[in-house]
Amino acid sequence: MAAVTAETRQPDLGEPKGWRRTKNRVMTALMIIAFVLVLIPLGFVLFTVIAKGASVISWQFLTGSPIPPIVLPADVGGMWPAVLGTIEITALATVMAVPLGILGAIYLNEYGGRNWLAALIGFMSDVMTGVPSVVMGLFIFSIWVLHFGFSGLAGAFALACLMLPIVIRSSYEMLRLVPDSLREGSYALGATKARVTATVVLPAAIGGIVSGALLAVARAAGETAPLLFTILTVTTANPNVFSGANTSLPSQIFSNANQPYPGAQDRGWGAALTLIAICFILMIVARLVTARFSRYSR
Amino acid sequence: MSTITRVDPAVPAGSTGPLEHRRPLGDRAFQILALGAGLLVLVILVLIAVTTSQQAAPWFSAEGWKIFTYNWNPAANQFGALAFIFGTALTALIAIVIAVPLSLGIALLLTEVVPYRWARPIVYVVDLLAVVPSVVWGLWGILVFAPWLQHIYTDIASGVSGIPVLDALFGQPVSGASFFTAGLILAVMITPIVTSLSREVIATVPTIDKEGAYALGATRWEMITGAVWPHSQGGVVGAVLLGLGRAMGETIAAALVIGSSPTITSHLFAPGYNMPAVIANQFGEASGTFRAALMGLGVLLFIFTIIINVIARGIVERNARRKRGA
Repeated sequence: MAAVTAETRQPDLGEPKGWRRTKNRVMTALMIIAFVLVLIPLGFVLFTVIAKGASVISWQFLTGSPIPPIVLPADVGGMWPAVLGTIEITALATVMAVPLGILGAIYLNEYGGRNWLAALIGFMSDVMTGVPSVVMGLFIFSIWVLHFGFSGLAGAFALACLMLPIVIRSSYEMLRLVPDSLREGSYALGATKARVTATVVLPAAIGGIVSGALLAVARAAGETAPLLFTILTVTTANPNVFSGANTSLPSQIFSNANQPYPGAQDRGWGAALTLIAICFILMIVARLVTARFSRYSR
Repeated sequence: MSTITRVDPAVPAGSTGPLEHRRPLGDRAFQILALGAGLLVLVILVLIAVTTSQQAAPWFSAEGWKIFTYNWNPAANQFGALAFIFGTALTALIAIVIAVPLSLGIALLLTEVVPYRWARPIVYVVDLLAVVPSVVWGLWGILVFAPWLQHIYTDIASGVSGIPVLDALFGQPVSGASFFTAGLILAVMITPIVTSLSREVIATVPTIDKEGAYALGATRWEMITGAVWPHSQGGVVGAVLLGLGRAMGETIAAALVIGSSPTITSHLFAPGYNMPAVIANQFGEASGTFRAALMGLGVLLFIFTIIINVIARGIVERNARRKRGA
């Protein structure tokens, strides 16, 4: 093309016009609408739980005991048995699942490398995150509860089974981010592999590992289905997590949700707010840990 | 655990051979411990299959192939699971149909539209959906959402009555707690996972492809359909399948809002039942063959979700490998 025409006819670099522009804008708007549509149920559920739960929650609700029969109003007794149960069962599950999960991730990343066993374990651990929680409950019921009876420990086993693959996956991702030069530097100083892993690699990745573990704990704390057939549901506090039936906040919400009595529904909302608060606090702490302690990120 | 003195200076560090045999006990013990923790995953999966099948055996032997019939009547010792399988498939399908467009929209919004500093808060908000426990969704669903939906369902049902296909899908009978309510709540619950997986897939599209599309004068949407979609198709299918697996196994929310009535019907607004819900609701008072039947439903659920997850993870993994270029 001659230089003269290039001067007189500027190429059109603006936004395309007509149908193409309309389509582009409509699609962008639809993406924003998709996000707004997801916000609505979230806002709705949080608003309802806070509005209905806040009027029920009091110091007495959180620490009173026992949980009264469903026909009584919510200001009688309290949820302490459920709060205690949730704390002790989740804590026990964490103690079991987090160290094992981190060790599993260490095997996958530090020892397994590219061999077939590590590949299989990594793959199956991802598959295991998809095992429905109710199946975990049935599993612990048939392998433990049938022989040793209902207990907080059985519930903790079920929750630990749910947490294990999540912890493995998140820890593995964090270990992968640790640069090899750190490992090589320590090997050059003559350290053994175990020592390098424990004193160099783990500390370097600890922020992300802790935050991933906290998110797994938050998920486990809100699980109901695996607890239904492993701890039963009782109304008095059971501080002994290793024997005897127990109860938890999710189980209490579940058993109160379908009741026509206002007292039971109030207790359900109060327990729901307590549970959501616990989960959100865990999540926020996880975010803070990530922000504060992660040295390597994607 | 001093190791330095034992190293033979003639053997280069890191080589296999003589050094392997001289590794200190603690080092080897740690490796075995880590291997054990990894193997635990396989052991648990095998144990789940074995123990639950054992417990479910009386159901399979008592009913034979009748487990796949429609008769579910514990009082008369009839345990056909078809209604629950149907309910599981239907609710999961409703959830997927609603959740996938939403998740893809949000994933594209995050990766292609908004700037990075806005993407982070949006991710946090979407992840909040996953932090709200299942039972809280169920509580809200049955006490607030279902009564509200009932009016809408009634209006829709009266609007479509007499119209051939729509009447069969959306007509009477309607109930607040129904297949569709369960599907809606499941859709909200699986949106975060489908979103984050699709986002990861879409983020692997090479910038050069996208810039190429823009350089040819494409609008953003044309760039998405021309450059992003062909590249991420496979991974998105994997993400959708994983969401499907989640929707099938999600228990407590479904148990509360599905209506608890084992029926096979084309009416989406009718009360129904699915496999996880019936296990959660009835396992407590079940015994004998009844308990074995519920255990068997768990086994079927386990098999279905494992198959879906293996396929989905396979697709996602293959996609990730292609991305690394290996």
